[in-house]
Amino acid sequence: MTSGADAVPSIVAIVAVALATLAIGTWGLRFSRTTSDFFVASRSVRPGLNASAIGGEYLSAASFLGVAGLALAFGAEMLWYPVGWTAGYLVLLVLVAAPLRRSGAYTLPDFAEARLASRRVRAACSLLVVAIGWLYLLPQFQGAGVTMTAATGAPSWVGAVVVATVVLVNVLSGGMRSITFVQAFQYWLKLTALLLPAVVMLMVWLGDGAPNPADAGGDSAAWSLPLGEGGGQGLYLTYSLIVATFLGTMGLPHVVVRFYTNPDGRAARRTTVVVLALLGLFYFLPPIYAALGRVYADGSHSDTFVLELPRLVLPGAAGELLSALVTAGAFAAFLSTSSGLSVAVAGVISQDVMRRRRTSGVTAFRLAAVVAVVVPSAAAVLSPDFGIARAVGLAFAVAASTFCPLLVLGIWWRGLTDVGALAGLGVGFACSATGVGYALGATDSSGWVDAVLSQPAAWSVPLAFATMVGTSLATRTRVPSHVGRFMVRLHTPEAVRVDRG
Amino acid sequence: MAFGRRRTHLGTEADRATFKTLHTASLASPALREGLTAVSAERSVRHLHNLLGTPAVAITDTADLLAWDGSGDHHATQCSDLARATVEHGSTRVADHREISCGQPNCPFGFAITSPLVVEEHIVGTLQVFTESATAGLVRASDEVAQWVSGQLELAELDASRTRLMEAEVRALRAQISPHFIYNSLGAIASFVRTDPDRARDLLLEFADFTRYSFRKYGEFTTLAEELKSVERYLLLEQARFGDRLAVTLRVAPEVLPVAVPFLCIQPLVENAVRHGLAEKGDGHITIVARDVSSDCLIEVEDNGAGEDPERVRRALAGDADLDSVGLGNVDVRLRSTFGDDYGLVVETAPGAGTKVIIRVPKFAPGVHA
Repeated sequence: MTSGADAVPSIVAIVAVALATLAIGTWGLRFSRTTSDFFVASRSVRPGLNASAIGGEYLSAASFLGVAGLALAFGAEMLWYPVGWTAGYLVLLVLVAAPLRRSGAYTLPDFAEARLASRRVRAACSLLVVAIGWLYLLPQFQGAGVTMTAATGAPSWVGAVVVATVVLVNVLSGGMRSITFVQAFQYWLKLTALLLPAVVMLMVWLGDGAPNPADAGGDSAAWSLPLGEGGGQGLYLTYSLIVATFLGTMGLPHVVVRFYTNPDGRAARRTTVVVLALLGLFYFLPPIYAALGRVYADGSHSDTFVLELPRLVLPGAAGELLSALVTAGAFAAFLSTSSGLSVAVAGVISQDVMRRRRTSGVTAFRLAAVVAVVVPSAAAVLSPDFGIARAVGLAFAVAASTFCPLLVLGIWWRGLTDVGALAGLGVGFACSATGVGYALGATDSSGWVDAVLSQPAAWSVPLAFATMVGTSLATRTRVPSHVGRFMVRLHTPEAVRVDRG
Repeated sequence: MAFGRRRTHLGTEADRATFKTLHTASLASPALREGLTAVSAERSVRHLHNLLGTPAVAITDTADLLAWDGSGDHHATQCSDLARATVEHGSTRVADHREISCGQPNCPFGFAITSPLVVEEHIVGTLQVFTESATAGLVRASDEVAQWVSGQLELAELDASRTRLMEAEVRALRAQISPHFIYNSLGAIASFVRTDPDRARDLLLEFADFTRYSFRKYGEFTTLAEELKSVERYLLLEQARFGDRLAVTLRVAPEVLPVAVPFLCIQPLVENAVRHGLAEKGDGHITIVARDVSSDCLIEVEDNGAGEDPERVRRALAGDADLDSVGLGNVDVRLRSTFGDDYGLVVETAPGAGTKVIIRVPKFAPGVHA
């Protein structure tokens, strides 16, 4: 890796991002909001700004580093990750965005309670939020460690500890809560950090006579095929990944929370459309890195090759500076996603666990934040690295097998009951968690058992839906009495004047 | 062994009978606590029937049958007449077979015991027990059950009047804004009509919007955005009157604007702040802050006025003392009854140190939506 003078620009970049994040978190609120101007109140968050904020919180290390690394190593089949992570918002737009906003729920447990009037379903959802949040945080911290090692040569636990500390300080000091402006800034920072080096590198590539990446080495036919290897199993893995990513987005705790900022359901839909555009723009870049990597950096198959690529394409000071820019963007990705997730997880822990014990608001939130950050960062240091994008993919599989059925059926089917929801959540979680456990302890085996267990979404999602519908039909008498009124509120456009009582 | 143990656990025969009776009664009580309607009668009559163990039980209002449970429902048509007779009679009345005869040979009913249901000294309905023989014990039991039902209905009435009281207080709050403020605002606007007609026109439109919001009839809740919009209009009108003497700082996190809050819960606090701020020193500075605190929203209204003795504020919030603060107690009660006791008003004040009122509202509470 790098050492000595080479590492200086990257270290400067990491420190700058960390300090800027802390500073904005601590003082940003005061600077951005002090005004004697009237009618600030009527300025609600515009869909464009809110969408940038969602993008900033959503685009994690997996998108920033993982996708390009996987696409370089395995080829076009891995592009299903960014396709799925974007298309998830299409499903969210069509099925969930507006009704969820109109329900008035702030978190997923809130929605479950409002829809099913059951404290037990709420508790189950809270547990799931914590589980999914931790599963998603784990690769963020691991990715930070890997990035730190690649950029500075420091041992990998340093990066995890640095990111966890910055996130914790930020959350504890009250910054980064859900400051829309800060998160929106993070999106544009990440986009610039990938876009600028990409443009420069493309020009170098054109200057070199534009060699075709597909011919650059290895099996070019396999590299360009958008399906997993191994015939039927490859097809299964691809479809399973599509199901997990398309349906998992709506169940991510830090994404759902952001929709509350929209003034109404219509604004929620508009925000989602803009998110689709912004993500589409961003995910255009990782394939470019992968293709360039095949030309210039073939052989380095890891999550960190994105950081090294500018240096390899453009030796010298310019390459070092571009690498530093990419490193800064990667750290911004770790910090923003981890902050958003930690706040969401800490919110649920403080609300549903601590408040039961009558701990007062601020203390409860701080305790919860410590728990929310320390557990996954310790796990990240202790457990072996198994690929950022794959780990995030597993979090999506759990979300798709649990919250997707709950949201889709809760919004579009009057017959859902609390018992049905509990059964479906239980089955979905048990199945997808089996997959996660298998993948975490993965051996290098192959065959159908391996395929089915390591990508469970293709069967666990339908199974969760079937359980939820079947159990609800069997317990028809338990349909909440307010379901009719609730549905009117979820589905009536704001422009229609109707009693939403 | 197992049997013996279970029996000792549940107590004697008499204990179990008592338990069973109380349990049956408790099953009927939630429905009755909603007041006397066809729905609540329908849901409770089954349990009352179990309690009395007679062939049939009916519940009526003062004229018509509401619910019937048991056999022989061809007698249901007689319920209206029996009810009217009992309302006239005023107390428990036993009708024998001459009065309720149906002519069917094996009809089990020989007697109908009709007891009035009394709420606040008015008869609101009757409990009718149909039986083969009207023993003195059964008559007394029917009477006791009717009195118990009356008690539950009285509690329902209490709940209803508590809700009505709360609604009346909100209406009073709406009315409270009007007299002084309307007079003063119109006076201020009038002073601009010649010198600055455009401003006068704008102010009049603000005034119209402000009154439309404050006097609106529907909805117990509104969004923070709506409430703050109204507060801004109010402050604009007050500034027209006081000019530079009134300075206002508004710091609102846009993330919390969609939060649902009780209607007119900030307006009264701002009115107080304006009054306190301007009363003593002559020029007031008011700060309104809305912050995003994880799953809650924090709203602070602060003035630089004379402040108040904290003990007096505490007593006023407890309802023991009168305070020169319009609606402070009302806002406190409404917040507590909506979101629970954790979400009451917090007042930070001391003589000479100004006053800061803090409201905390959860972003989501079941059943609360604007």
